[in-house]
Formats: sequence, C-alpha cells, structure tokens
Amino acid sequence: MQFAKFLFSRLLTYVLVVWISITIVFFVPRFVPGSPVEAVLGRLMSQGTTMDPKLVQSMRETLTQMFGLEGTLWEQYSSFLNRVLLTWDFGPSLANYPTPVSVLIARALPWSLGLMLTALAISWTLGNLIGLLAGYHNKSMTSKAIETAAMVMYPIPYYILALLLVILFAYIWPIFPFVFQVSGVPGSWPWIQSVAYNSFLPLMSIVIVSMGWWIISMKAMAIDTKEEDFVQYARYRGVEDNKVMVGYVARTAILPQITVLALSIGGVFGGSLITEILFGYPGVGTLIYRAILGSDYNLILGTVSLSIIAVATATLVLDIVYPFIDPRIRYK
Amino acid sequence: MQLVKPRLVVGLIIVSIFLLLGFVAPFFAPEDPTAWNTYFRNLAPSAEHIMGTNNLGQDIFWLLTWSIRNSLWIGLSVAAFATIIGVLVGLSAGFLGGFADRILTLFMDIVISVPSLPVLILISALLGGKTSLLIIAGVLVLFNWPWPGRQARAMSLSLREREFINVAQASGESSAKIVVLEIMPFVLGWALANFINTILVAISAESGLAIIGLSSLKDATLGTMIYWAMQHQALLLEKWLWILSPIFAIMLLFIGLFLVSTGWSDYFATRRGRQ
Repeated sequence: MQFAKFLFSRLLTYVLVVWISITIVFFVPRFVPGSPVEAVLGRLMSQGTTMDPKLVQSMRETLTQMFGLEGTLWEQYSSFLNRVLLTWDFGPSLANYPTPVSVLIARALPWSLGLMLTALAISWTLGNLIGLLAGYHNKSMTSKAIETAAMVMYPIPYYILALLLVILFAYIWPIFPFVFQVSGVPGSWPWIQSVAYNSFLPLMSIVIVSMGWWIISMKAMAIDTKEEDFVQYARYRGVEDNKVMVGYVARTAILPQITVLALSIGGVFGGSLITEILFGYPGVGTLIYRAILGSDYNLILGTVSLSIIAVATATLVLDIVYPFIDPRIRYK
Repeated sequence: MQLVKPRLVVGLIIVSIFLLLGFVAPFFAPEDPTAWNTYFRNLAPSAEHIMGTNNLGQDIFWLLTWSIRNSLWIGLSVAAFATIIGVLVGLSAGFLGGFADRILTLFMDIVISVPSLPVLILISALLGGKTSLLIIAGVLVLFNWPWPGRQARAMSLSLREREFINVAQASGESSAKIVVLEIMPFVLGWALANFINTILVAISAESGLAIIGLSSLKDATLGTMIYWAMQHQALLLEKWLWILSPIFAIMLLFIGLFLVSTGWSDYFATRRGRQ
C-alpha cells in the first residue's frame, strides 16, 4: 500500500517534469526574437542565389509546415506534445534532408549511452572499491593521499579535464587521435579496436572526474559503518577481516551509493554532452552541436527534448528500483 | 577537537587569491585587456608581460584577470539571487504548511529535475551567439534556487518545533519577527555553504557553454578565453599560457570553492553540535 503511494507520487512528479520541460522547450523558441523560417530563408538568400518572390513564398510555407509552426499557438502546442510524447516524430532534418530527425537520433543514441554507461560503470565500481579500502583502513597514509586526490579531482568539470587530456595526449604527446575517426566494418574486431582506441580519452575524462565523488562518499560511509555494533560484533565473533569489510561494511555502505547514482545521471549526461562535442564523439552531444551550427531547427528541438526525457526517465527507473535493492526499505 | 580544518584554510587562501585577481588586479591593468593589438603580438613572458602576449596583441595576464572577474561576477550574482529566492520560498513553505507547502515542494522537486544544460543550449542556440551574460545568469538562477529552497524548508520544519521558537511565539512575537530573528541565523550558516556551491555550479555552466561557443562571445570569461584561444589557433602556435592559464584557473578556483564549501559545512556542523 505504502509502495503504491510512493509509486504514484513518483510517477506524478515524473509526468509533471516531462510535461513542464517539454512546455519550456516549446515556448523558448517563441520568446526568442527572430523566426527560424526567416533565418533559413535569409541564409539561402545570402548565399547569392536570387530567387523569385513566388518561390520564396512557397518555400516559406513549406518551412513553416516542416517546423510545425502552422496554426494557432494552441494547435502548435498540442501537435508538438503529440509529436514529442506519442509519435516521436520531429519531422525531417533540414541539414540532412529528408532524413527524419528520429533516425539521426537513433543513430547517435547508442554511442552516447555506450560512453555514459561504460564511464558510470567503471567509475562507480572502481570509485566505491577504492573508497571502501581507503575508509576501512583510514589510518594509513595511502588512505589520506587517496582522499586528497579525490577532493582535488571531484570539483573539476568533465569538459575541463577533457580539454586538458586532448591538449596533453592528442596534441603535445599525440598517442591518441585528435579527431574521432572509426575504421573497419561495424561489429568486426578491427572496428571494436578502433572504437575503443578513439573512445579512450573521452571515457577517461568522465571516469576520472566522476570517480572522485564515489571515493569521497564511500570512504566517509565506510568509516561510519565499521564502527557500528553489528560490525564490531562480527569482528569479536572472529569473522575474517576481509569478510567483515566485504560482507558487512561494503554491503551496508553501498546502498546509499545507488540513490546517489540516480541523482548524478543528469549531471553526467550534461557533462558528457560537452565532452562529446570537444572530442567530436558521434553521440547526441555532437548531434546537438551540429544542429546548432546548421540552424537545424527540428533537430535542435528533437535532441534537446530527448535529452530531457532520457534524464528524467533514467532517474525515475533508479528511484523505483532502489526499494527492491535496499532490504531495509519495505513497502507493505 | 580541532575546529578549523586545514581544508577550510587552504580553500580560503585559494579563493582569496582569485578574489584579488578578479576584483583588485583589473584596476591596475594599463589598457583595456580585451582590446586587440594593444601590444606587440606573441611576446614571450617578460617583466613587462609576465605571461606574454597572444597573437591578438592582448596581454595574457591582464586578459586572465578580466576573465576571472567576469566569471566571478556570474557566479556571485547567480548564487546570491538563487540563495535569497530559495531561502525565502523554502521558509514560507515550511511555515505555511498544508496545501501551500505541498504545492511549493512539488514545484521545487520539478524544477530540480529539469536538466538545465539542454535548456541553456536551446536558448543560446536560438539566440545565435547574441546571448548575453545576463540571460545566462537569469536562467541559471531559475534552475538553481530550489536546492537552497528544499533545505530551508526542511530546516524550518524542524526548527518550528524547537523550544526557543515556542517561547518566542508564546511571548507574542510576530511570525515575521520570529523568522528574521530566530530562524535566519540558523538558516544562514547553512545557506553559506550552498551559496559557495552555487557559485561553482554557475561558473561551471557558463564556461561549459562558452567553450563550445554558446555563451556571450563578446564578454571575456574563463570559458570564452578558452574558446578564443582555440578559435585563434593557440594550440598550433604553441601559445600554451594562453590556453592553459584559463584551464588551470578554473581547476584551481573550483578546488578552492569546493574546499571552502565542504570545510565550512564541517565547521558549522561541529560548532552547532557544541551548542
């Protein structure tokens, strides 16, 4: 019963978040001066082509329809909601006409997810492991050195470290590629090697920075947990030291780390957008960037809406799954 | 028990250096630091130009101080407005209770969950490089006030039940006076840690946008300085100081701010614990 109540209020927030975000995405272009249709027409005109006014007028109508700018504000709004939430149809991309925006997104999304999930998995596992060891043996010098290093890494934004890595390892000492370029047949072994080689720096820039927080928080929790009665009791009972650390301390301290994982998804996603752009990594971030450079209106709206829905959904899933992982929370 | 941790001291020293570089040093700049061709191009570091000049004829050191100044301004103003709005809304929610509290809390939860970077990218993209720092700062305030808001609400809920509040209420003090005189001092100590954190968040968001050319491109901030350096081939020309100095400035400033914010939280928690 209690779980149903939790689920209901969580779902309600989710629906409201998505609805409000999509509404913001809808209204922002309408409050910003300048019409996207005129921008495209202006760009075509400035390229020197003289077009007769009739043709311009018919192009204006086509573009207005293509961008979903026909009819009253209310009609536009309801059709936008329909397109984003139900049909996933953002219309054709202007720069890659007539490829639909949804196809471009579907092509970029696996790259972004792959990068983010790999980075999160590595940093979460490694960070918690290091944090656990540092917290369990918190009197040692190594433990203090690790904490200092983590405190220094954590506040640095992903993209700053990404820039630094590019400058150091693709420019000054060029052992990694400056431009993301994958070769080979998709799925083949050389292709996998090439992807791994090209993704290494972007991956590292996210892993190193996000690891800082897992180390700091896990260390603090391990220190607290190892003084608790049930851990002391296990020790007096003669349970082996490593078993105490893994079976008692780690099992308890790891649970809050899962909630924090849910909270951190938005930040990691935002950070990796800029990281992708800096490395030219073929994910959603670079797609957004290309859309902006090419004034690809439909593609901009599509990628931005998708980013918002993706972050909200990932957070929702982790929030709902969490009570099933933590045995201390029981919704009856 | 050692009260002030070395962490807080180190952080304060770093942040003070940045405050001096950002708010005092620019007054001594001999020329407009952003103007082109003020000096000879590509000079090596010397007594006159301690970090040399770039290929636009700007003095890198003075450009850096000017960028630090603007970045700090964004951080400080966003943090100030977000904290004030958040604390006011949060306190009202906590003290009003009931329906108003539920609506305000739901609203804060929603705003927190909306990813702000895509929205900022959207606005900047549509403005096409004509974004002003004011717009960016405004949007950042909109997305950052609920963090202090939620905390202030939680604090006011727990404070409402405390003895000294009851005493004040029983002695006929007005609600407004109770909030200002009795609650504020408690909330402010915590709000300071949040304030510092928001400075970091705001500067980070603006520089992220700037590096990909989506912030205001006519104002020097740490992010735009990196963007300009990349656009004008600092890497190819091996002008390391030009591109690396804002990168290291951001890293150092953020480490300093982070140390101050966590150091202060610890200090404040222990001090409160002793009362």
